[in-house]
Amino acid sequence: MTAPLVLNDVISSDCRLWLAVLIGMGMGFFLERAGFGSARKLVAQFYLYDMSVLKVMGTAIVTAMVGIFLLSSTGFLDLGQVTMVGTFVWPQVIGGLILGVGFVVGGYCPGTSVVACATGKLDGMVFAGGMIFGMFTYGEIFPYVQCFADSSPLGKQTIYGYFNIPYGVVVLLVFAMALGGFWGATMLEKKFAHLKPQERPPE
Amino acid sequence: MTKELKEYMNPYLAGFGLGLVLLSAYLLMGRGLGASGAYASLVSWAMGNIAPDHIAGNGFFDKYLDPGRAPHPLKDWLVFEVIGVMLGGLVSGLIAGRVRFSIDRGPQGTNAARLALAFTGGILTAIGAQLARGCTSGQALSGGALLNLGSWLFMMCVFGGAYLIAYFVRRQWL
Repeated sequence: MTAPLVLNDVISSDCRLWLAVLIGMGMGFFLERAGFGSARKLVAQFYLYDMSVLKVMGTAIVTAMVGIFLLSSTGFLDLGQVTMVGTFVWPQVIGGLILGVGFVVGGYCPGTSVVACATGKLDGMVFAGGMIFGMFTYGEIFPYVQCFADSSPLGKQTIYGYFNIPYGVVVLLVFAMALGGFWGATMLEKKFAHLKPQERPPE
Repeated sequence: MTKELKEYMNPYLAGFGLGLVLLSAYLLMGRGLGASGAYASLVSWAMGNIAPDHIAGNGFFDKYLDPGRAPHPLKDWLVFEVIGVMLGGLVSGLIAGRVRFSIDRGPQGTNAARLALAFTGGILTAIGAQLARGCTSGQALSGGALLNLGSWLFMMCVFGGAYLIAYFVRRQWL
């Protein structure tokens, strides 16, 4: 038995859309549990008084990273069959900066905006409307930006492959970096606790 | 006020749960999580119905309408996954009693300004995610766990961009 299970017909591919709903439900559930249906909880990350975004994302990445590393080392997971987005240096740098600005201006990222909509946040719905308009805009300007969007390609590239460091060593380094990051984040939260705003009375 | 905040799950525990969901997506489907792609599918499907001639050969919208990608543009894996995200978010919100119509902003500022900035932020986020070939879920989270070089570069830039601009929009949050 080899994973990915659906790709190796251990689980029928007829189930894939049902699995999509189930996996999405898990994602939405934990995002909302963490408070990520609230823009203020999310952007608190950027005013340093509540760094839950870093803690949740960091723990999620480390958990999945360790699982993928161990299961692929034992041969259960075939990494060759796993979809990986190619690296395009400048589009990803500029795209990341634009998305980061959009995050703190708008209060959400694409995934959390869905959770915000589901829990009745009107600002989340307007953000989602903005995203729809943004997708339309991007599609319209695509012929003019395609050249940049496809520039500086490095192919499917991992950190361990690019820097030629053993996979396990990078896993350990990221794990250690996350622990250090969590400790630093908790220090910063204490230092900037005074920035935490007063609660608004509900309208 | 602290009552509501206390109801949130411990961030490490929520992150661990999210990480297990991400791991199971890789083990079952061989792909990670995502969100922005579903918005792109929806818009492309709408454009394909409204102005099929206009988008022919556009290179962006028609990518999402390719029958090789999905039998119908909306019968796409990510579209169904995002329907799941809505359901999962709703279930968690209902359990915690957090589902109600509201506008989330700081004590200063106005609702009108908040909604205008939410719309603006949505536009920027969509464009950024398309340029980067993924958003916080598809790139940072999913690619991050694979140690994808571009995903980590993207993630650093998301935080960088947000910290750079945070001071200028502080009035709507603090």
